[in-house]
This record gives sequence, C-alpha cells and structure tokens, in this order.
Amino acid sequence: MGVAIVLALVVIGSVVFHFLSPWWWTPIASNWGYIDDTMIITFWITGAVFTAVVLFMAYCVFRFRHREGRRAAYEPENKRLEWWLAIGTGIGVAAMLAPGLVVWHRFVTVPKDATVAEIVGQQWQWAYRLPGADGHIGATDIALVTADNPLGIDPKDPRGQDDIVIQGDQLHLQLGKPVKLLLRSLDVVHDFYVPEFRAKMDMIPGTVTYYWLTPTRAGTFEALCSELCSTGHTFMRGGVVVEPESQYRDWLQQQKTFAQLQSPARTQAKNQE
Amino acid sequence: MVDVMHGVPEPRPAAETEDVELYHPHSWITKYVFSQDAKVIAIQYSLTALAIGLVALVLSWLMRLQLGFPGLVSFIDPERYYQLITMHGMIMVIYLLTALFLGGFGNYLIPLMLGARDMVFPYVNMLSYWIYLLAVLVLVSGFLVPGGAAGAGWTLYPPQAILANTPGQQWGIIVLLVSLILFIIGFTMGGLNYVVTVLQGRARGMTLMRMPLTIWGIFTATVMALLAFPALFVAAVMMLLDRLLGTSFFMPAIIAMGEPLAYKGGSPILFQHLFWFFGHPEVYIVALPAFGIVSDLISTHARKNIFGYRMMVWALIAIGALSFVVWAHHMYVSGMYPAFGFFFATTTLIIAIPTAIKVYNWVLTLWQGDIHLTVPMLFALGFIVTFVNGGLTGLFLGNVVVDVPLSDTMFVVAHFHMVMGVAPILVIFGAIYHWYPKVTGRMLHDGLGKLHFWVTFLGAYAIFFPMHYIGLMGVPRRYHEIGGIALVPPSAATLNEFITVAALIVGTAQLVFLFNLVWSLGHGQPAGGNPWRATTLEWQTPHTPPAHGNWGETLPVVYRWPYDYSVPGAAEDFLPQNQPPVPRTG
Repeated sequence: MGVAIVLALVVIGSVVFHFLSPWWWTPIASNWGYIDDTMIITFWITGAVFTAVVLFMAYCVFRFRHREGRRAAYEPENKRLEWWLAIGTGIGVAAMLAPGLVVWHRFVTVPKDATVAEIVGQQWQWAYRLPGADGHIGATDIALVTADNPLGIDPKDPRGQDDIVIQGDQLHLQLGKPVKLLLRSLDVVHDFYVPEFRAKMDMIPGTVTYYWLTPTRAGTFEALCSELCSTGHTFMRGGVVVEPESQYRDWLQQQKTFAQLQSPARTQAKNQE
Repeated sequence: MVDVMHGVPEPRPAAETEDVELYHPHSWITKYVFSQDAKVIAIQYSLTALAIGLVALVLSWLMRLQLGFPGLVSFIDPERYYQLITMHGMIMVIYLLTALFLGGFGNYLIPLMLGARDMVFPYVNMLSYWIYLLAVLVLVSGFLVPGGAAGAGWTLYPPQAILANTPGQQWGIIVLLVSLILFIIGFTMGGLNYVVTVLQGRARGMTLMRMPLTIWGIFTATVMALLAFPALFVAAVMMLLDRLLGTSFFMPAIIAMGEPLAYKGGSPILFQHLFWFFGHPEVYIVALPAFGIVSDLISTHARKNIFGYRMMVWALIAIGALSFVVWAHHMYVSGMYPAFGFFFATTTLIIAIPTAIKVYNWVLTLWQGDIHLTVPMLFALGFIVTFVNGGLTGLFLGNVVVDVPLSDTMFVVAHFHMVMGVAPILVIFGAIYHWYPKVTGRMLHDGLGKLHFWVTFLGAYAIFFPMHYIGLMGVPRRYHEIGGIALVPPSAATLNEFITVAALIVGTAQLVFLFNLVWSLGHGQPAGGNPWRATTLEWQTPHTPPAHGNWGETLPVVYRWPYDYSVPGAAEDFLPQNQPPVPRTG
C-alpha cells in the first residue's frame, strides 16, 4: 500500500515540479521556435507515457500485492496486446520524429539570402570576422596566424583585405536578417552557444563548420562555450548584440578591416592624402 | 506458445557424453586467489568493481560539493574539477558497470543458470580477472603520477585530451589510455569465455529459448562488447601514438597558446566516431544485463511468468543490433556531415520501440501477479521508474533538432545518469539482495535493505530529475560553477545546493549497504538453498553456497522454461526448471 502511494507521489511530484518550475528555457530570440514546438510535443507525449506507466505500476502494486492465499494468474503471452502496444508506440515515436526531421531539414538548409559571419574560437576567447563591402570573406590558413594576423587571413586573397576583424568583443548581428555563422577553431573543439538562439554547432580545428539563424529579438545575449576546452572552459564567454539595420550600420562603420589592422601606418598615410 | 508446460514433453535422457574432468585447486592460493572457479572469479570481479566504484562515489561527492557550494572545498580548482569528472565517468561506465555486470554477474550466473560445472576456458577466465585488476590499478595510479589524473572529460576528445594545458596531460592521459587497453584485453578473454559457455556449455534440455532472460541479457551484451570495444581499443592506441610519438591520427595543425604545434592533417572527428561507435553500444552493454536481471527479479518476486518471453528475447537482440547504427546521435552538433542527422535520428527513435516493449512486458508481468514487496522487488520497481524517466528524455536527445539546444547541457547529464547510472545500479543492488543468499548462504538484513532502497531510489530521483531543468535553461555541462552565467537566476544556486545535499545523503546510504554486506556474512539469517522459491537452476544446486563443480555427481537436466510460476494445477507456485513433468494420468 505504502509503496503504491510513494510511486504515485513520484509521478504527481514530477508533474507538479514540471509545471511550477521557475527553471525553464529563456525567451527565444531567433527563428528556431520550431525547436521549442517540437520539444513541447515531446514533453506531452513522453510525459503522458511516464505518467501512465508508473501509475499503472502503482495500481498493480496496490491491487496485486501479496496476501495470504493469493495466487498469480498464468498468462505467458498475449500476441494481440503485444502488437497493439508496439504499434501504438510506433505511432507516438513517429509523432515526435516527423516534426523533428522537418525542422532539421530547415536547420541544415541555409537560405540563399543569408549573410555570412565567422566566429573563431581559441582558448579561451572568441574572435569574429565579417565580410567587407565585397560581401565575401577571404581565405585563411592556420599557418598564417601571427600576433598581427590572429585569424590567419591570407593577405594574398583580395577578398580578405576588407574583412572586418573583431577580437574579444561582441559580435553584432542585424535584426531579422538570416545569417550563416561559419565556425573555426585554432586549437581545440569549442562551441559557440547562445541559449536564446537555441542553435549551436561545434567548431573543429582543421575544418569549417556552420549553422544559421535569423535573430528575431533585439538585445545583448551572452554566448557560452558549450564543448569542454580545458580549464578556462567555464569562463569562455562571448556576446552577441542584435540590433536594427541603422544601428548595425553605425557599428559596422567603426570597425577596422583586415587591411587597416595589418598596416596601420600605410592606412594612416593613405587617409592623410 | 513458448516452452510453456501445458502438455507433457519428451523426458530427455541424461547426458550421454562423459563429464569433462574439472581443474581442481590444490592449495589455498589456487582456490581463493589464482582461482579458476568462475564463482570465485565472479566474487573477485564484483569486490574489485565495488571498491573502485566507491572511489567514483567519493569523486562525485567532491564535484557535487563544488557545484552546490562553490569554493567551499578550496582545493577544487577547475583543473581538479575536470580530473574529478573524468575519472568519475570512466570508472562508473567501464570499471564498475561493465565489469560488475559481465565479469561479476556473468561469471557467477552463466554456469549456474545454464547447468554447467564452470566456464569452458577456466584458465583464460582467471587471466581475465587479473588483467582487469591490473587495469584498475593502472587507472588508480593516475591519481599519483606527476600532473595528476587525466582531466579531459571521460569522452577524451582530441585535440584537447593531449594538449599541454589540459589537466593530466603529462602522465594521467597515458596511464588512462594504457589502462583502457588493458581492460579491453582482459574483457575480451572473459567475453569469449561467456559467449562460448552460453553456446556450448548448457545442460541437457537447456535450449536457447529456455534460458533465463538474465543469461540472454548478459549474452547479448557480451557479443556487443566484443564487437564494440575494439573501436575504443584502436582509438586508444592511436591517441597514445599521437601523444607519445607525435603522430597525427586525430591532430590537425593547431596553434596552442600562441605556438604552432608539429601536428598536421589528423581528424578530431574521426576520434569521435570511433569513441561513440564503442560508446553507444556501451550504454546497452550496461543496460541489457540489467534488462535481463530485472526481468527475472520481477518474475520471481511477483510469482508470475515474465510476460511475452519470446518478444523479450527478440527485443534484446533487436536493441543489441540497432545500437550499432545509432552512435552518431552523440555527434549531432559535432560538425559532422549534416545529413547524417536524418539517418541517426530515425534509427535512434526506432530503438525506442523494442525498449518500450520491454517496459510494457515488465509492468504487465505485475498485472494479476502475487507481488511480494521484497527488497529485490523494490529495487526492480525503482529501476522501472528511473529507466522509463531516463529513456523518455532520450527521445528528446535522439530527435536530432531537439538535441541542438540541449546537447552538452546539464539536461544530458541528468538524462544519462538516470538511464545508465541510477537505473542499472538499482538493478545491481536488487540483484545483490537477490543472489547474496546463494553466494553466502545467508540473507541480507531486510530492514537495512529497505532503508537502503528508499534513500537510494528517492534520493537519486531527487538529484537527477530537477537537474534536467537546469539544462533546459541552457546551462552547459562541465562548468565547475554556474553562478556567472547571465541567464541563470539565483534560485538555480539553491537548487544546486539541494541536489548536492541529496547526493551526500544517497552516498551515505551506500555505507548502510556495505555494512549490511559485511554484517550479514556472519549474522544474516540462514538462507537455505532456495529462499525465494525460484525456478532457475542456480537455486537447485545440491550445496549452498554451490561447491566446486556446482552440481555434485550428476548434471541437472532441464525440462521446462524458467518461468513456471503459479502454474494452474501445480501444488507449489513454482516448478523448477529441472523438475521432470508429471506423467499425464488417465
């Protein structure tokens, strides 16, 4: 009797905790509300199954507990019941998987009009690169990384000259504009994760990975490193500022290009002419 | 129908082949230390695994103290914290769970439940244990070497795992990799033994479809382990070469702390694929023996046949096979080829179906049963609750796009602890309360057992259920403090304190269990040969504890499946597997 009550209380407690919990995901700031929707569907289906199974178990423990002279039934199999349960489970699984795959298809399909921004991870800081007026970012090579060229941009690639390089500060993104984030790492695996965006992807040294999103809410958001990168992992934070186009343009104006950072003397001379 | 006894089967003749002469120990050393008797080896495996498990428990206390009360224990800096989590994870998954289920329960139960005198290769079996012990000692030496134990996370992702600023990079990682290689060598010896014994060593009449589900679970898991561990083996060897000889299997050209390293052209993702090709089947290598054992616990203590035996066997095999094509669901956000997500999400969610069938069949076994709420039964019930909970959160993480925000957060930590930490360990406890009387001849103390159960079950649930919600907020795992994150409200710190207090209490409850193990050895109630009135062969031995050779003069002959509980018309509510059918009268 007591055991059955405790089992039922575990279910009730879990459900109550779920609905009253002050710990819940942060308000979304990107187009990936689909992910939240899929998660909500999953919560309902799995919650119903958990509740049903444990309450059924609690009922059995109460109803069929040992008493003097009691004898169990003898029923080795029930093909019909087993198949119905398997089919029902299959339907429940499909109800979660189908929307999941549809949303994944969107997640891996970058819109044609997406702009590009690069995020580079390095123990334990972030750097960012935006394309210049030509709309392209230049080639890079890890062998070219120096103190003056921290991202290893190829100086021979003309597309790289006007690239905007931002170190250790915040990345600014334009509100409502889809952006493909290209991810690089110079040392170990990192992961640039803004919980409000819901999206993340590891950055692997030696290769370029990516994900895309459309920021839908203006504001400043903290970025967390989400892949263990040794002792500074906890403190490897970055930031993203999402702002409307005009403010974004103003900010962009103030940033330095690769060419400017490479040869400040030459640029200054050019400006004085 | 299954091999269910409605009609009268052909009585089977006794063995026609002669009994093989056993190895007989001649001294105390060969009887209790370098023993070739599977029962002694099983106890050696179990005690070693429990001892190293205690180390892992203490490590978890320390890491929980840091998370609940940051800075309280001053020597836990980030470096130490990462050493704690790395060693805790490695020990629990491999050196405790794998070793205890297969080396411990496998060795004890395979010969006894199948009616064999011993394993088929006793000498190799002995070697298996001693190599395992060596692996454990090498692992523990990691705490003592210069630079301390490995602190790269138990997943050991390169390049981080072997870089100079990673904790334990000096010696810890080398020692750990060597220990893993040793473990796999030792396991392979034992594993081949278990598989061949199951296939070749069964008593007369013990057909495959008359084997208890415990044996099916251990057998399937062993086959899987023999196929999965080689992937870890090669990954460990290659990483060792990268670390010691400067090869570049997993190391691309990188700049570490401003300095370019000599590595060039290797692939960090390749390691992840190898690791998880082992790592995912590993989850089921731990789970399938637990599935099998819990089926037998429920059936015995509910005095009812397991529901849907054949479906249970096929579900075990289906899960075992499917678990080899789901590994990359650990890598949805690793930067691998994105289209893999469709395939691995589909296979992962399909595996939920045979798993769900097992759950249904456990609870349907309770239906119309005669449920004795013994300590093993309580642990079995606790297993179902935690396994269902942890299995269902797997549907979040397996469904590729839902995994994107959750991966590498505390949600994952909560999920895998619930499903492959708490759930299998509850089965281990249930199994120990169940089989201790056979191993020692005495019962464990019932009241202490119930105390141990309630604190462990409710406490572990209180630790890991709320932890999901910390992850849901977006808090990454492997942060040694979460206070500095902007989106984390101060109330989360209170929750973390609560979880830590619960963890300390649950840990302390394990001391009650240890006390019970030792105390009952001398003071437990004498158990007799078959205290649970169970049907399977290990309870029908002529001696308790079973003597060398297990069966005395003649091997048992099996006449029925292992679940003849409460058979209509039978006088007792159980019919042992070796009980001949009563000839039909009239």
